[in-house]
Amino acid sequence: MGKSMKKLINYKPNRTNTILLGLLPFALLIIVYMVSSDARLAINPNDKLLPAFSQMGESMYRMAFEPSKRSGELLFWQDTTSSLMRLGLGVLIAGFVGLFVGLLTGALPIFAAGFSPLLTVVSLVPPLALLPILFIVVGLGEVSKITLIAIGITPFIARDIQRRTQEIPAEQLVKAQTLGASTSQILIRVVLPQIMPKLIDAIRLSLGAGWLFLIAAEAIASTDGLGYRIFLVRRYLSMDVILPYVAWITFLAFLVDFLLSKLNRRLFPWSLEAKS
Amino acid sequence: MSKTASKETMIQAKNIGKRYGQDVILERVNVNVEEGEFITLVGASGCGKSTFLKMILGIESATEGELLLDGKPIPNEPGSDRGIVFQQYSVFPHMTVLENVIAAKGFQKSSITGYLFGKEKKAAKQEATDMLEQVGLGHALHRYPHELSGGMKQRLAIAQAVICKPRILLLDEPFGALDPGIRADMHTLVLDLWRKHKLTIFMVTHDLKEGFYLGTRLWVFDKLRHDPHSPNAYGASITYDLPVGHTATPLFEEIDQRIRPLNTAEQPISSME
Repeated sequence: MGKSMKKLINYKPNRTNTILLGLLPFALLIIVYMVSSDARLAINPNDKLLPAFSQMGESMYRMAFEPSKRSGELLFWQDTTSSLMRLGLGVLIAGFVGLFVGLLTGALPIFAAGFSPLLTVVSLVPPLALLPILFIVVGLGEVSKITLIAIGITPFIARDIQRRTQEIPAEQLVKAQTLGASTSQILIRVVLPQIMPKLIDAIRLSLGAGWLFLIAAEAIASTDGLGYRIFLVRRYLSMDVILPYVAWITFLAFLVDFLLSKLNRRLFPWSLEAKS
Repeated sequence: MSKTASKETMIQAKNIGKRYGQDVILERVNVNVEEGEFITLVGASGCGKSTFLKMILGIESATEGELLLDGKPIPNEPGSDRGIVFQQYSVFPHMTVLENVIAAKGFQKSSITGYLFGKEKKAAKQEATDMLEQVGLGHALHRYPHELSGGMKQRLAIAQAVICKPRILLLDEPFGALDPGIRADMHTLVLDLWRKHKLTIFMVTHDLKEGFYLGTRLWVFDKLRHDPHSPNAYGASITYDLPVGHTATPLFEEIDQRIRPLNTAEQPISSME
């Protein structure tokens, strides 16, 4: 038996085992949490640090299905839609601007000469440092938060798109010209469609930063939103709200990423295979 | 239509040279080409045959001498009078076979996007389908390039080029990556299209045999002078300019000997041309 055992380095788990092994750390974390929570609550039933799952459930039910006494809104859903709206608009603007700048600087050397140094400098500015300026210039409303997200991720998207555009084989651009294509025809028919799946990839990669800027902006100046809520209830040590909210934000981030990857595969079936 | 009996010079190279800094690639290339010729360019790697092709294409320019098309300096950018098929990356990966050829028709139109609509689109679709049937891709109209074999991709690239009715067709090692059997089919196809569309063809190849029976004229690029201490001090020129079909075997072997040793020695390194 000992002889027939494979070396550890050669042992590959089968499909079922892969899934089970993947779930194991989650199960362990939940068990550790439950045991610790029970232990603390046994000593002090009013302990706020590690609320039981039942307490979290009650709090979330209240926030999701009972109108707020102050505003009459369902706070959980209001927070979710506000945050998604800000993130969506910010990312949409960043996507458009990044695509436009990246495409032109990637495909046209004269634009690269004019904008690349600026783009490099802008991408080095820490976006959060600009937040006070935004508050002063555009006020504390929605615009400042959306602008922060847009400013924060546009340079990344623009530079990624620029690089992807430059990766398109020069042969294709020459070929298009020998077929009679003009500059605009090459940009719109040859470059743009091949860049679209890369744009979605770039957006997926920049969403992590997008969430960061969203929550930071909401924490500093807002009246609703997922980030606003967790920083607000922090004052009351309401872990029964903060923990489910963090889980919800994580789930939303996962969902958006998953949907974008599905969209990419659906819209551009030639893209994945053409890579090889 | 066509100038069938034309014996006018189409391309004229007057003492052409090309250097990059200290490195001389080409020197003293003097040659005339008439409309309708099918010229094969052979030579060792790095001997400047692809550079010469790129000069005709308009993406490289001579550092000495003049390259004339119809007596005027050749345009310094690619245009629809000079079609090209590269060894790879010649087709658009995001379009199906049919869309690739329709797009080529659309690019002929001077509009911002080159999209075709209505009757124009219908006519282009019909013409593209006919063209694709001519090159043997009638069964694969709706496939994407990544679903095609190497030979089929090159057929598509050729169809795209030919549908734009170029006067000159440039082939840069178009069959270098194909199996021998498929290569033979491609030769038949290119010869057919050459006759049918009265093209003037320049084809760069590593395969001397290809050069000896395809087309009308063979150019061998090689260095006339050699300085062993400074291998790039002298450039290559056209050392043999032979009509195809009249060459004796000893000459074939002599040329083969001259270009082969270098050729095989440099094969593992990716071509720098």
